[in-house]
Amino acid sequence: MSFKFPQWFYRLASPRWFYEFSSKLLPWFIGAAIILLLTGTVWGLVFAPPDYQQGNSFRIIYVHVPASILAQSCYMLMAVAGAIGLIWKMKMAHIMAQSCAAFGASIAIISLATGAIWGKPTWGAWWVWDARLTSMLVLLFLYVGVIALRGAFENTQSGDKAAAVLSLVGLVNIPIIKYSVEWWNTLHQPATFTVTEKPAMPPEMWIPLLIMVLGFYCFFTVILMQRARLEVLQREMKTSWVQALIKSL
Amino acid sequence: MTPKRKKRLIIILSIVFGTSLIVGLVMYSLNQNINLFYSASQIANGEAPVGARIRAGGMVVDGSVKRATDSLRVSFALTDYEHTVNVVFTGILPDLFREGQGIIAQGKMDENGIFQAIEVLAKHDENYMPPEIAETMKAKKEAAQ
Repeated sequence: MSFKFPQWFYRLASPRWFYEFSSKLLPWFIGAAIILLLTGTVWGLVFAPPDYQQGNSFRIIYVHVPASILAQSCYMLMAVAGAIGLIWKMKMAHIMAQSCAAFGASIAIISLATGAIWGKPTWGAWWVWDARLTSMLVLLFLYVGVIALRGAFENTQSGDKAAAVLSLVGLVNIPIIKYSVEWWNTLHQPATFTVTEKPAMPPEMWIPLLIMVLGFYCFFTVILMQRARLEVLQREMKTSWVQALIKSL
Repeated sequence: MTPKRKKRLIIILSIVFGTSLIVGLVMYSLNQNINLFYSASQIANGEAPVGARIRAGGMVVDGSVKRATDSLRVSFALTDYEHTVNVVFTGILPDLFREGQGIIAQGKMDENGIFQAIEVLAKHDENYMPPEIAETMKAKKEAAQ
């Protein structure tokens, strides 16, 4: 096969190039994350109307839905990065996958916790073993498993490989989470946001939600870049450019 | 792509498809066990075990809720618009419990065909509405009737 990727794709593989490139992008994402999260939070918690049945407790949606969406996107990114790392032996891809794991685990915990807090007054139970909740818990365990497996190897390369394979195996859970509410009888309601349909709520409710989702993605990008930059420095400690960078501080 | 990379790509794709296939088959065979509840029709058709702890799901029939005056005992009918199951429950109902609301009750069928619930959960749908809109909709519905 003589297929060639554009040059920027090969550049992404260089930790040094990533370090320099991300330092230019970071301030933009930090700014966007702060603006979007502040707007979304104030709009969602103060100005959006309460729900006719749940009253104000529905407002937890403004944290729960973005966190759940992000927990799944983060996993997909981790698995794809792992696959790229395995196929092309790309250091940067493994660094990205590693940075995704810890963030993904935290955001999955946020999703489960906010869901439980909302479930108690609305459903009458903190936790129910229905397909959606269980598959989300499995996602958290997968994140924890990937982190633990990577840490279990002394050799970074072996750890990267093992973690990538596990994250690829766990990828099957993503469609299960997504379609669990359609395939089986669950207590959890169907998706709030879908690409194809209009959300089943008025704009003054879903616009702040959309802002929160975008804000969460920007926040994710910031954290991911920061973690990846730190990991780049740690892994490339012995190279001349990192040494020069440290001396210049 | 070099032959070596191509080989690795094929291995990775087979890992992903292999696990999907395995998990898919397991879920297919466990289909009924993953369902959280039995619908009223399933119970009426005898698909749900009698005497065992099960969950029943459905809509609370309008006008069927009867509360005892001296205890927390409440009885109501659960429907999926084909069959109806009578439910008896003693305890505190969730905030969202009301007539026309989807609920899930945990308990067992007794010999008289009445569902003895020990826990009632309200099921919420994906529709959210400000109270004013809900009221106008209700008013419109009543005007149309």
